[in-house]
Amino acid sequence: MTKRVVVVLVTGLLAACGSSSASGLSTPQTDVTVFAAASLQPAFDKIGARLLTTKRFKTTFSYAGTQTLTSQLTQGAQADVFASADKEHMNTLLDAGLVAAPLAVFATNKLEIAVARGNPKGIHTLTDLARPGLVVVLADPSVPAGKYAQQALRNARVTVKPASLELQVTGVLSKVALGEADAGIVYVSDIVTSGKVDGVSIPDDENVTAVYPIAPLKSATNPAGAKAFIDLVLSTDGQAILKAAGFQGV
Amino acid sequence: MTQLRVPAALVALAGLGLLFFLLPLAGLIVRAPWNQAAASIGSAETVTALELSFFCSVTATAIALVLGIPLALVLSRTSGTLRSVLRALTTLPMVLPPVVGGVALLLAFGRTGLVGSFLYQGFGIQIPFTTAAAVMAETFVAMPFLVIAVEGGMRSLDPRYEEAARALGARGWMVFARVTLPLLRPAIFSGAVLCWARALGEFGATITFAGNFPGRTQTVPIAVYIALETHPDSAILLSLVLLAVSVAILVAMRDRWLGAP
Repeated sequence: MTKRVVVVLVTGLLAACGSSSASGLSTPQTDVTVFAAASLQPAFDKIGARLLTTKRFKTTFSYAGTQTLTSQLTQGAQADVFASADKEHMNTLLDAGLVAAPLAVFATNKLEIAVARGNPKGIHTLTDLARPGLVVVLADPSVPAGKYAQQALRNARVTVKPASLELQVTGVLSKVALGEADAGIVYVSDIVTSGKVDGVSIPDDENVTAVYPIAPLKSATNPAGAKAFIDLVLSTDGQAILKAAGFQGV
Repeated sequence: MTQLRVPAALVALAGLGLLFFLLPLAGLIVRAPWNQAAASIGSAETVTALELSFFCSVTATAIALVLGIPLALVLSRTSGTLRSVLRALTTLPMVLPPVVGGVALLLAFGRTGLVGSFLYQGFGIQIPFTTAAAVMAETFVAMPFLVIAVEGGMRSLDPRYEEAARALGARGWMVFARVTLPLLRPAIFSGAVLCWARALGEFGATITFAGNFPGRTQTVPIAVYIALETHPDSAILLSLVLLAVSVAILVAMRDRWLGAP
């Protein structure tokens, strides 16, 4: 009796280890695992839904800061597709030999200043962010959005004293949306899809273009699904969804 | 020597459980870049994070002592439904996911929160993103550990000591200070150590409520999380520092937890 319990427990444990990578016990062949930068969530959720209706592939997303996903993948996390918010982190994976096919740039994004609805603090330029008493939140420089924000502030020759360096760009957005921060630097797409904050545009000579590459991974258990997902992202349909979410197509 | 023989299957499971605890610790120790240990631990960012963590966790424990001991006293002297409700409320932060605790703190003490909006509009005080917020997050998550330990101590107290003191003419406050508190010393000590350890390890509520800024709200666990993505070596070393602290706590508490006489 006890022996049987042990056997069941151990096999259960082993089975859990084995299948965790395939994610989805019933239909492993049709599942695609996509690791994507946090800023892509609104667009990719829609693309995932489209893939399910057109190609019968069910997509499982893991959204986080690009730097978090990169370290997870280099530590051996399994995924079929990686979509990064910059080329540097994709290059880290290329150098580590984890990318299966040449990467494709599928979208670009610009930065914008997120402020409370109606812009009560009258913020119109990056220079305004240096105003004393203003609570400004940025993404940490280890996060692509934080690195881009630093570049934009440097372009505008502004020194900002941030109240917090959030661990992903969505953290910046939520602090502004909750009213805890007066302003934050996020992607245009974040503001388009959030609906809870207003955006103040940053002129092109100060702005930074974020480039989003996508690639299938060598650890893929579903290469066909990975290809189908990437094809859809690059298709007219996928590009339209990305544009509606505030990204610029390629 | 009439020890019961433990079935082999259970011993095997116990071994598996022990291995599950020990392997990650072994991983930390084996993979640690010992040759860079001094440089990495001594780096300005690490020292800042360690200092801040120490300050926040000690302050949180002090607040927990001031508020938690009276709370434990009240809990131990109530009964029935009131006690169940009070107890559930006190232990809630122990079972609540810390990130949820952080969101709750934002909605209460944030600039637009229940209490925070008065502070902000009336006095221009904003709590989130300050060291005070980090201390509050740690207190919120860690205080229940102290309350539970002290309440347990109070329940097992022999009421006759307090009755005797009262019969000899001592008033309520004096009985508490001269009789109850000294008798509770072991429970308070272990509760405070547990509370401090929990405060030191706090991550979720802190990052949500206080954010992340070096020297202000970036405590060691947050520094470990960020370093893991940028400088994995220093993340491992910082983790080892926290591990060493935990071991030191175990050693300090060995009488209580390790069953030594």
